[in-house]
Amino acid sequence: MSLRNAACIAGAFEHPTRLAPDMTTPQLHAECAAGALADAGLSLTDVDGYFCATDAPGFGPISMIDYLGLTVRHTDSTEMGGCTYIQHVAHAAEAIAAGKCSVALIALAGRPRSEAVQRFRPGAPEAAFEQWVGLTNHTSYGMCAARHMHDFGTTSEQLAWIKVAASHHAQHNPHAMLPKVVTVEEVVNSPMIADPLHRLDCCVTTDGGGALVVVSPEIAKTLNRPVISLLGAGEATKGPSGGLGLDLTVSAAAQSGPRAFEEAGVTPADIKYASIYDSFTITVLMQLEDLGFCAKGEGGKFVADGNLISGTGKLPFNTDGGGLCNNHPMFRGGITKVIEAVRQLRGEAAPAVQVPNCDLAVATGIGGSLGARHGAATIILERQS
Amino acid sequence: MSARKLSAPQPNPETQTFWDGLGEGVLRIKTCEACGKPHYYPRHVCPHCGSDRTRWLETAGRGEIYSLSVMRRGEGAPFAVAYVVLDEGPAMLTNLVADDLDALAIGQRVRLAPQASDAEATGDGPSLPFFTPSGD
Repeated sequence: MSLRNAACIAGAFEHPTRLAPDMTTPQLHAECAAGALADAGLSLTDVDGYFCATDAPGFGPISMIDYLGLTVRHTDSTEMGGCTYIQHVAHAAEAIAAGKCSVALIALAGRPRSEAVQRFRPGAPEAAFEQWVGLTNHTSYGMCAARHMHDFGTTSEQLAWIKVAASHHAQHNPHAMLPKVVTVEEVVNSPMIADPLHRLDCCVTTDGGGALVVVSPEIAKTLNRPVISLLGAGEATKGPSGGLGLDLTVSAAAQSGPRAFEEAGVTPADIKYASIYDSFTITVLMQLEDLGFCAKGEGGKFVADGNLISGTGKLPFNTDGGGLCNNHPMFRGGITKVIEAVRQLRGEAAPAVQVPNCDLAVATGIGGSLGARHGAATIILERQS
Repeated sequence: MSARKLSAPQPNPETQTFWDGLGEGVLRIKTCEACGKPHYYPRHVCPHCGSDRTRWLETAGRGEIYSLSVMRRGEGAPFAVAYVVLDEGPAMLTNLVADDLDALAIGQRVRLAPQASDAEATGDGPSLPFFTPSGD
């Protein structure tokens, strides 16, 4: 079974909040769900499949299904960190293709700025060997960047261009948390957090969320929205797995990306717009290489000189400002990657960053800890004419 | 190191021998009698071939820095997080201790330098497998 044209994204909604001290997380989930369904022209009663991950409060998918008053015949609470919601689009397409549901709701929300968030799961087999290490995301991704610099001569200035490009896009997003355009000098002169990553190499932390509605092609045709089809999808995981042959310069996207492109029958050269999970600048650089937009080790040259800036660069990326400048709700940037790709394919991105004739886009992400063990998910989306 | 909290690992039947070794200044990893490949962190079943014919392997406690990142912010900063590739093959996620963290570099030789966890001070927990430059 191929997922090519198996399902369509009919609804996409990004919550405008970035700080929500007076809301509850279930409320935020519900507002995201309502927003995506309204965008699709559907309602809660149309939903027959529900997809969520561990950000959803309560017991698996069950608490929120009950809170929302849904009646579903398919659930999926697959968890793979921040890229989960990219993966959920593919899993929803699988379920739709198998006849298990026809209107799948995918939702993410959380308030890490407003309430304590449990981020580590007890009982992991690696816990006794890693808890004392102090492996924050900063040092985990920092070690990847340090090794990439060592092996390929990548520089902090090259990484900074990724943030610079994101900031050029964020200035056109009225909801962006950091809408100010920054320079390479400002990035490399910002305080060092975890060598070699500076404060401006890191994404924002935001309260917020988003939701997607994935439907069967038959239902998509009945809705008064552009038809955005899934062409291909790939997922993968990677970890030290015993510690032999460790290579921190390659991510699991080196497997998820080619799988998605093969299923879609397109190549990186065909892509008009790319949503690339940007937890840190190095996350983007490694995924660009791993998806095949450039050779391994050439990412620094690829991103330099504004090549990711819409309108002037060769590969417009994260035109909402991404996680680096716009939004990274609940430490999870997967859903906003899909949402901006849908906006671009519909022609609904901010006019200053809209890619002309944008009919083919990729959304890709990393979940977990890039320098330890992580997952990757990639989807290719096309606007049907 | 400064006031960073070094939480005590909880040894279990799969890993007790590892933690006992550190108390004696010895770093033990696991190797597999079926495929011959060593691994870290230690498991009952080999992650390379799936065999349960794994046994303990005493290492020389030496290796080289594969990558590192010095955390500059937060509790106990600065401290150096690193991967060390042991001479026996597997990479270990660890911390590096040194008078000058800025002088640490990829490729540098290091040796085991067991560090007391918080619980060890009270006799309730094992040492941790930190590393330090060995000068060779």
